Amino acid sequence: MHTKYTTDHEWITLADGIATVGITSYAQDQLGDVVFVELPEVGRQVSKGEAVGVVESVKVASDVYAPVGGEVTETNAAIVKDPSLVNADPESGAWFLRLRLSDTADMDGLLDAESYRKLTA
Amino acid sequence: MAETDTAQPSTASNRTPLYDAHVAAGARMVEFAGYHMPLHYAPGVLKEHLHCRQAAALFDVSHMGQAELAGPDFETVAVALETLVPADIVGLPPGRQRYTQLTTDDGGIIDDLMVSRPPIEEGGDWRLHLVVNAARKHFDFTRIATKVPDEVAVKPLDDMAMIALQGPAAELVLSDLAPAVSAMSFLDVAMVEIDAVPTMVSRSGYTGEDGFEISVLASRSAHIWRRLTADHRVMPAGLGARDSLRLEAGLCLYGADISTTTTPVEASLGWSIDGRRRDEGGFPGAAVIRRELAHGPLRKRVGLYPEGAAPIRPGTPLFEDRTSERAVGYVTSGTLSPSLNVPVAMGYVTAPLSANGTALVAEVRGTRRPLSVAPMPFVPTHYKRNTSE
Repeated sequence: MHTKYTTDHEWITLADGIATVGITSYAQDQLGDVVFVELPEVGRQVSKGEAVGVVESVKVASDVYAPVGGEVTETNAAIVKDPSLVNADPESGAWFLRLRLSDTADMDGLLDAESYRKLTA
Repeated sequence: MAETDTAQPSTASNRTPLYDAHVAAGARMVEFAGYHMPLHYAPGVLKEHLHCRQAAALFDVSHMGQAELAGPDFETVAVALETLVPADIVGLPPGRQRYTQLTTDDGGIIDDLMVSRPPIEEGGDWRLHLVVNAARKHFDFTRIATKVPDEVAVKPLDDMAMIALQGPAAELVLSDLAPAVSAMSFLDVAMVEIDAVPTMVSRSGYTGEDGFEISVLASRSAHIWRRLTADHRVMPAGLGARDSLRLEAGLCLYGADISTTTTPVEASLGWSIDGRRRDEGGFPGAAVIRRELAHGPLRKRVGLYPEGAAPIRPGTPLFEDRTSERAVGYVTSGTLSPSLNVPVAMGYVTAPLSANGTALVAEVRGTRRPLSVAPMPFVPTHYKRNTSE
């Protein structure tokens, strides 16, 4: 199962119809020290491209967008409690939310690792 | 993820004389006021901020505008500047520095600036040293040049760099290289040799900490920078920490908290206008500013403590309660305070709602969140004031 990426610097993995979403290592590096994270409520229906969270550094507030549509099934309370985890472990432990994918077609057009690497090179 | 603030990759054309030192130190460079400036170095904004509060941080502020205002004698120069700013300049003693603003005819703020009267030396006493904001310097210096009499000249000091050493260890660090600085008090100005390099030093800064601002020839600035960063107590810090430090100290950022649309009185800077200037006027916008000093402004810059963990950013509207439709103010600066680990902000509110403790709400991403008017500074300042004054 391969990780996909968005041009807005989210990553997404898909397993058994559940998508896990976070922000990329490049994104956290651009932000600098993350000091605040806001996540959506579990059960919320979101569409592809909808703002579902906020990540803030000392200097900047950024929206986090849903790379795919679906129902929010789980959010990562650990990064709300300790936002610095987003800097320390962005592409694994500091995932933001999980979604039950509503339409597999939403996965079309997401970037593979090589395309994302070129985008941020 | 998309950024909703202003940190942009560096595309500026101007470099300070310390550019190479920043790049070599691994700084994240951004464009600020047309300059390539360090946003932060490898440790990041939080560590740089806290190091300034605990030990000492070193800032390159060479982008700021330095100029000399020169004339036949001090009195002539001071009187000329007083026609453009509301502070007492004629009464500024040798070796002292003062904060003031360039004002518009409507009482708005064209820029805020530090004015220094260097100590009287062999060369005579005929000049003032000005430090203005980078983004405003060309406008400021042109305006001053057009307004002052022919016998007074503005000379932009484009060959000068400026380095700020800030924090509780600043005096210990700098006095190792220049013992004379230990005798200085807050807002003193002295001509000091640092490691045999001639400089003008003021005991001032933009962090709320004790510290020094060092004006030095650009060609000698890298030497001073290297000597100071070689001290284990000193950490270089970028614009990110500079902004969060000044906000904790309750200090205004031009373009955010003050502008041509805010007066010094609305901005809670009335303390910088002394009794004689209040009585006499004679500066742009005096009618508006004197009326506001006498009767109070319609709105005031205040500190704000948001409840909860979410920082509240510039532009956020403020309301009296959860249901009112009409905004009573707006946020001009806001972030998480690294020292307090809670959000802090400042902004303008209508005068009746400006008392400390007043409960308000801010609308953040469609949700109204409580906050309250708070005294500033948020973090106690540690200026080394002259107790005999």
